[in-house]
Amino acid sequence: MRQGGRVGLGLVLPLALAIGWEIAIDTGLVSGRLLPPPSRIGATLLDLAASGDLLMHVQATLIRVGLGFLWGAAVGILAGGLVATLPTLRWLLDPSLQALRAVPSLAWVPLFILWFGILETPKVLLIAVGVFFPVYVGVSGAIASVDRKLIEVGRIFRLSRFGLAKRILLPAVLPATLVGLRTGLGLGFLFVVAAELMGASEGLGYLLVDGQQFGKPDQIVAAIIAFAAAGKLADLVLMTLTRPLTRWQDTERESL
Amino acid sequence: MTGETLHHAPGPSLRSLTQEIPVLIVDDLSKTYADGTQALAGINLSVHPGEIVALVGGSGCGKTTLLRLIAGLDQASGGCVQVDGETIREPHPDVGVVFQEARLLPWLDVADNVGFGLAGLTGFERRGRVVGALERIGLSEHADRWPRELSGGQQQRVAIARAFVTNPRVLLLDEPFSALDAFTRRDLHDQLLNLWGEAKPTILLVTHDVGEAVTLADRVVVMRPRPGRLDETIVIGPARPRDPVAAHHENAVRRVMAALDRSLRPAAAHQPLAPEDRATWW
Repeated sequence: MRQGGRVGLGLVLPLALAIGWEIAIDTGLVSGRLLPPPSRIGATLLDLAASGDLLMHVQATLIRVGLGFLWGAAVGILAGGLVATLPTLRWLLDPSLQALRAVPSLAWVPLFILWFGILETPKVLLIAVGVFFPVYVGVSGAIASVDRKLIEVGRIFRLSRFGLAKRILLPAVLPATLVGLRTGLGLGFLFVVAAELMGASEGLGYLLVDGQQFGKPDQIVAAIIAFAAAGKLADLVLMTLTRPLTRWQDTERESL
Repeated sequence: MTGETLHHAPGPSLRSLTQEIPVLIVDDLSKTYADGTQALAGINLSVHPGEIVALVGGSGCGKTTLLRLIAGLDQASGGCVQVDGETIREPHPDVGVVFQEARLLPWLDVADNVGFGLAGLTGFERRGRVVGALERIGLSEHADRWPRELSGGQQQRVAIARAFVTNPRVLLLDEPFSALDAFTRRDLHDQLLNLWGEAKPTILLVTHDVGEAVTLADRVVVMRPRPGRLDETIVIGPARPRDPVAAHHENAVRRVMAALDRSLRPAAAHQPLAPEDRATWW
């Protein structure tokens, strides 16, 4: 009940703004040419959904994010794990990776277009690069900071290397890894916009560009809303799938 | 040095305590760190099956270092440790350890923490032993709680149960109660003795609490620092339960305190002193 109240309170501001804007346009106070009223945005969204275009664009975007996320996360976990456990590899690779991390990922766009054209490869690669770094940093940091004292417990009970990895290292690094994955997924959605702005014939980013070029602000806002919904949904799916893994941490937060 | 070694040979009262051969033998053990600091020098100690020995001493006298060498967590620079005639080079299945902090695995519930060292058993056997151990430490109703939901004393009880449940021959306790308040500590002393009473493992207890040492141990060994060495041994005797307000208990505490006091003096002044000499020394 109390939580319901809080959700309701959070809705007050956006609803008030939306209704206010609607009334301002209805009464002729403002024209709404550059920012259409919520009713028109809603109608545009419904049209897009009814024609099946929305689903097609959302699908295209989600596939790009999904592929980029899978590649970025897989390589990030692998690299983070190897670098954190093999000192030689860490001294060899980590400085270069940290240097690359300092490059704003969008700066790669021209190079990727030059190398891979403007089709799917550079888009997925750009997203993967965006996802890679938070996952890499999260995993390597988590492994490096595993409590030595817990590892000693494993030694006292004479765990094998594999047992130590499975029963102590893996559960210990899981929370930070999941945080890295979640951050990576968020960045994936950030980068898919950039990727689709660089030229696409489908995807929510295409709707944005199309809306700008043909002067359809309602379509732009509709695409923004679809982006927000897709991003939130993807985050929710990731959290739901991984929640059982970190139940030992969550219960406290849930009960608050 | 030789005089000191003689100090630790079990006295007649201990030989009569048990006729068995020592389960734990520490032979001329020393530890020097890479930077040249000598942490332990010429440690000799033998502990008989079922005996409880307390190691007391000022901070930095190498108590924990000694325990870690016996546990096989660190490597000695010289000498050796034997458990049941086997030389310890790495953690041994017959040696359990309870650390100063509970060191429970936060992602396992209480029952799984207690059963952590029982991976070799079948699920059925493991559950049986865990349930029994939880009952004995009075945490049955907390079996499915997360460690962070427990108080410090409860966490340490789980850690003790985790060490006992594998039935080790030798149990090493490294100041396991030092972070707890006095009431919880007394409660845990009783629980420890209860658990010990079943299989009577040999216990080596490191503590800085002289009262605790005298309450739990058959004999108290005093360590002196720089480098860590064993000093005097005070025999308390095997009688249990102990009454902490009894005169002989207080007397034993006083004897350990006096020995500790002597151990902290510079080596030149390290001579057993008669009471009147002590007065002038002060």
